[in-house]
Amino acid sequence: MAKKVALLQGNEACAQGAVYAGAKFFGGYPITPSTEVAEVLSIELPKVGGKFIQMEDEIAAMASVIGASLTGSKSITATSGPGVSLKQELIGYACIAEVPCVIINVMRGGPSTGMPTGPGQSDVMQAMWGTHGDHAAIALVPDSCQEIFTETVRAFNLAEKYRMPVQVLFDEIVGHMRERIEFPEPGELEVIDREAPSVSPADYKPYDSTKGQIPPLADFGSEYKYHVTGLNKADDGFPTTKASLVDAEERRQIDKVMDNIADIESSEEYLTEDAEVVIWAYGSTSRSARYAVNELRKEGVKAGMFRPITLWPFPAKRTAELAEQAKAIVVAEMNLGQMVLEVERVAKGNCVVVHEGRVDGDPINPGQIMDKVKEVL
Amino acid sequence: MAYDYEKSIRPGKLPHIWCPGCGHGIVMKGLIRAMDTCELDRKNTAIVSGIGCASRLPGYLDACTLHTAHGRAAAFATGVKMAKPEMNVICCGGDGDGTAIGGNHFIHACRRNIDMTYVLMNNYIYGMTGGQFSPCTPTGDLASTTPYGNPDPIFDISKLAIGAGATFVARTTAAHPREIDKLIVKGIQHKGMAIIEVIDDCPTTYGRRNKFRSVIDMMKRLKAEAVPVKAAAKMTAEQLEGKFLTGVLFEDTEKPEYTAQYADVIKKAQGA
Repeated sequence: MAKKVALLQGNEACAQGAVYAGAKFFGGYPITPSTEVAEVLSIELPKVGGKFIQMEDEIAAMASVIGASLTGSKSITATSGPGVSLKQELIGYACIAEVPCVIINVMRGGPSTGMPTGPGQSDVMQAMWGTHGDHAAIALVPDSCQEIFTETVRAFNLAEKYRMPVQVLFDEIVGHMRERIEFPEPGELEVIDREAPSVSPADYKPYDSTKGQIPPLADFGSEYKYHVTGLNKADDGFPTTKASLVDAEERRQIDKVMDNIADIESSEEYLTEDAEVVIWAYGSTSRSARYAVNELRKEGVKAGMFRPITLWPFPAKRTAELAEQAKAIVVAEMNLGQMVLEVERVAKGNCVVVHEGRVDGDPINPGQIMDKVKEVL
Repeated sequence: MAYDYEKSIRPGKLPHIWCPGCGHGIVMKGLIRAMDTCELDRKNTAIVSGIGCASRLPGYLDACTLHTAHGRAAAFATGVKMAKPEMNVICCGGDGDGTAIGGNHFIHACRRNIDMTYVLMNNYIYGMTGGQFSPCTPTGDLASTTPYGNPDPIFDISKLAIGAGATFVARTTAAHPREIDKLIVKGIQHKGMAIIEVIDDCPTTYGRRNKFRSVIDMMKRLKAEAVPVKAAAKMTAEQLEGKFLTGVLFEDTEKPEYTAQYADVIKKAQGA
């Protein structure tokens, strides 16, 4: 049987991906350029018995998502940079309380209100560091409508598996671009649900990591009663200031991501095998980068592209290998130099690392990238 | 026979953090009695709070307890209730938490008329941070950040809740322990947003600064200023000067409850 296909916006594909992943709760607040995610989910979620609520502000939206997730509902919110700025408080809460949830950031420019209808990629450092305190982050950066669908599903899987917030960032260009989408059949893409506790309610500790880095999470309203707090806590979920317990829990919450990078990472490489210059690009910028690689190859330049799909945790290992292989890495991104800092850090001077950025609301075009490549070679 | 509070308290979690003379413990006992009266299955009951002294209350109680971020209790609780409407949802917290940093969530939870019971302990002060003035500190009073007297006007929390759309609003004080559980029971039984404002005392950071020589003085003040709604009906405006009303201040059983409204949305979406 032929697959169901549709011409969908990236934002719409995101909403459809969420439904495919089994999302049952959306809490949001209107913000350009992400509103279609909310609009489609307001239609689709009640059809599958899910819940949609438009909250009074971005913080409340994030709060409702965490509350809903604790009852066992797969939960999602969608916003843009200014909204993520507000949600940072409770992104940190979801990190320390280890509550699975998905946050969509359809990126526009900034800082502040910036250019609401223009694209940007300037929230990528925010996705890693945007909340106070030490924590790990997972952020995915799809570059097409189909990939927005699959990466939204993967975001839910990672959130549920690693018991933490996962962000999906795509710029306004991909969010509002329309492309042909093939809907995967049920079961075609892996869908992961959080691990339920196997111990008795009396023995349940919500942060007991003796059997693994990621403790099983019980649903509120099931047989299990437990306490959740944003304070540093012991394995039983209750606040503690005991140094050894605080230290162990903080480290575990970072290690659970950093020890599992092989499972979380995802990237695409295009003609990198013999590349002397690697264009390091993500999201819509990678589409210009791919075009630039093709044109440069025609001109005899051994160019290739590395495209992270998992942006955080940072693809350090492969980026470092490419830095040893290539003469230069050109980091192209719609900001004034963010991921380039990470690339420079792991390249350790083994090759030239340069940045090609743009923040005027126009996409980075292939010619711009080609000029930079020629300049650096 | 002494009331058995023990079965509702988590083993090993007492003593609580509250100072001697603080009314929060009186409110917690009232809440326990109310939950017992309503026979709430604790497995199916979420108790949600924000940050502050009063917000530490859920940690002591054996239930699904959610100690959230400052001011955010009502928003977290809304997510819990929406996702699992069959759960009993109780919020608790203080005046600063609920009406300053959490003011937006508070009024919108009232507006939606979502079925939960919010026990708001109003002790006129930010106690945990050492006695800064809150939106409920009386004008002219002293706080650690109003050394020359508080220039701010106050929020009347119950009026705010009524104005925002809550459908059950009641008020009592920590000096009226028997009324606390009676009103919370009514709040729990009410289908919709129930606000129970308990005027509370903070001897440590508010009383000391404002010439209350003892906890007894503070309790006497609460008793002197509280006027039951029925009694107030027979009093003149002059007689009511400096007093506040207690009892059930507002009740509306007509306004639709939010999760019931959303159940209709689901039916429509599913073509029923």
